[in-house]
Amino acid sequence: MIRDITIGQYYPAQSRIHSLDPRVKIVCTLLFLVSLFIQNSLLGYVCATVFLGMVIHLSNVPLKYILKGLKPIVILLLFTVVMNLFLTRGGGTLEHFWIFTITEEGLRTSVFMAVRLMYLVAGSSIMTFTTSPNGLTDGMEKLLHPLNKVNVPVHEVAMMMSIALRFIPILLEETDKIMKAQMARGADFESGNIIQRAKAMVPILVPLFVSAFRRANDLALAMEARCYHGGEGRTKMKPLKYHGRDRAAYTLTLLYVVIIFVVGRFVPFKLWIF
Amino acid sequence: MSITLEHVNYVYSPGTAYEKQALKDVSFEIPQGQFVGIIGHTGSGKSTLIQHLNGLVKATSGRILYEGKNIYDNDYDMRKLRSQVGLVFQYPEYQLFEVDVLTDVCFGPKNQGFSPEECEKNAREALELVGFPEKYYKQSPFELSGGQKRRAAIAGVLAMKPKVLILDEPTAGLDPKGRDEILDQIEKLHRETGMTVVLVSHSMEDVARYVDRIIVMNHGEKMLDGTPREVFRHYRELEKVGLAAPQVTYVMHDLKAHGFEVDPDATTIEEAADEIMKAFRGKEGALA
Ligand SMILES: Nc1ncnc2c1ncn2[C@@H]1O[C@H](COP(=O)(O)OP(=O)(O)OP(=O)(O)O)[C@@H](O)[C@H]1O
Ligand SMILES: [Mg+2]
Repeated sequence: MIRDITIGQYYPAQSRIHSLDPRVKIVCTLLFLVSLFIQNSLLGYVCATVFLGMVIHLSNVPLKYILKGLKPIVILLLFTVVMNLFLTRGGGTLEHFWIFTITEEGLRTSVFMAVRLMYLVAGSSIMTFTTSPNGLTDGMEKLLHPLNKVNVPVHEVAMMMSIALRFIPILLEETDKIMKAQMARGADFESGNIIQRAKAMVPILVPLFVSAFRRANDLALAMEARCYHGGEGRTKMKPLKYHGRDRAAYTLTLLYVVIIFVVGRFVPFKLWIF
Repeated sequence: MSITLEHVNYVYSPGTAYEKQALKDVSFEIPQGQFVGIIGHTGSGKSTLIQHLNGLVKATSGRILYEGKNIYDNDYDMRKLRSQVGLVFQYPEYQLFEVDVLTDVCFGPKNQGFSPEECEKNAREALELVGFPEKYYKQSPFELSGGQKRRAAIAGVLAMKPKVLILDEPTAGLDPKGRDEILDQIEKLHRETGMTVVLVSHSMEDVARYVDRIIVMNHGEKMLDGTPREVFRHYRELEKVGLAAPQVTYVMHDLKAHGFEVDPDATTIEEAADEIMKAFRGKEGALA
């Protein structure tokens, strides 16, 4: 049921992507996200598709899993597409009925926007699928380390992030359990109008919040009992170190960014309106 | 008037790295009025199994019949099934949410469509059945002790007046006194109302004392199924899968091995005591 939400989760597997240094994955993901915005052409998206496809293939994460991760944004996606389709003006008119007009520019923008959104989510979920929350935090902390000099509590922020990520599956599991327990008592989450449905959420949300606070409390106690006192003077058991494969990944990603920039910007190629 | 499972299989998260077959070809029938114990070590599929019995989890393959009707038929009334087969989850106190205990217990009957008066009547009866002290009826469920919460949660299911009551480790995390009280109350309930009761437990001692029949689960498969006596006769096999027969089984087998004329199948302490007394009397008689 609710466990089907896969966004933000770690997918344990053996792959070249999994074994990369988390810093590489964070930086390359950011580069990929940026690359989606520095161009807006068919060839550019072809480049992005090839790159993303290659990474997904290398990561050993089933495509089905990644597509499932897109489910939560379907509404947002539809909204964007519809808005762009009808509200963007420019180019010739393709279709006109009643008060709605679809222009060439509208169709183009809405299609590209949809692809861009999907790639944004897919790109970042590849990072979370292939990097354990601990790895992600370590990488983040190391990358942001320089900010310590200007009094940003980097370690604390990183720790908060990793705890939040770690808790997503736990809370989902908990929600699933509570939902089942209330269904066993005859609760009905599927029928009724919006207000009735919102009301039906109360028996889930209250126990869920209670348990989230309880867990947070337990975790704080457990951390304190093990003498956790923040980042100062803390050493790592496995310090992050770059290897050959990490440098290769950086190189390939940079190469990709350059290619997509050049191809997407300067190669004048158009298929119909795209 | 029974629950029948036919070749039920269940797989968690099929097609992913987390794929896990939790039930393998499980079949059995529970007739109305039986007191059944389900035991198995951690992760053997007990919780998964009982969630099938009221349709919360849908079997990957196989059929489940309740009162002769297939619960997976399209026109089957799942809500009615859930109100007739009451399921109390492991750590049920985490489902409490209302402002006070009485209102929380009313949640079930309210969902069944009873009037507020009937709800309250059912709720009071249920709370009484589980021995919940009346002075706490208006207390917030979050301010109760663990044992009281457990009782309130069990009452929450009983208030729906189910024909079958399934309890998933109702005594986990309780002290021996709380454990015995809850189990005694369940046994009383079974005796007085003739309700079918399915009790999931780790503890052979608990189960042996109360149930008519034991189903042993091992790695998602039904390993043994029979009366406590029959099941505990296989105590060597039980040990191999990380379970143990009640202490008395061992004592009786050892006595037997040392030449005492006792029946090694005694499963409760009372039975064992009787057997031992009988054996001693027999000896004295022979000596005299
Ligand atoms: N939601 C889930 N997703 C994936 N696997 C699960 C899930 N729930 C249980 N499992 C797995 O299914 C198997 C059976 O679990 P189940 O909860 O039925 O065991 P159990 O016999 O009730 O154990 P316990 O005595 O600890 O309560 C376990 O191996 C468990 O890891
Ligand atoms: Mg269980």
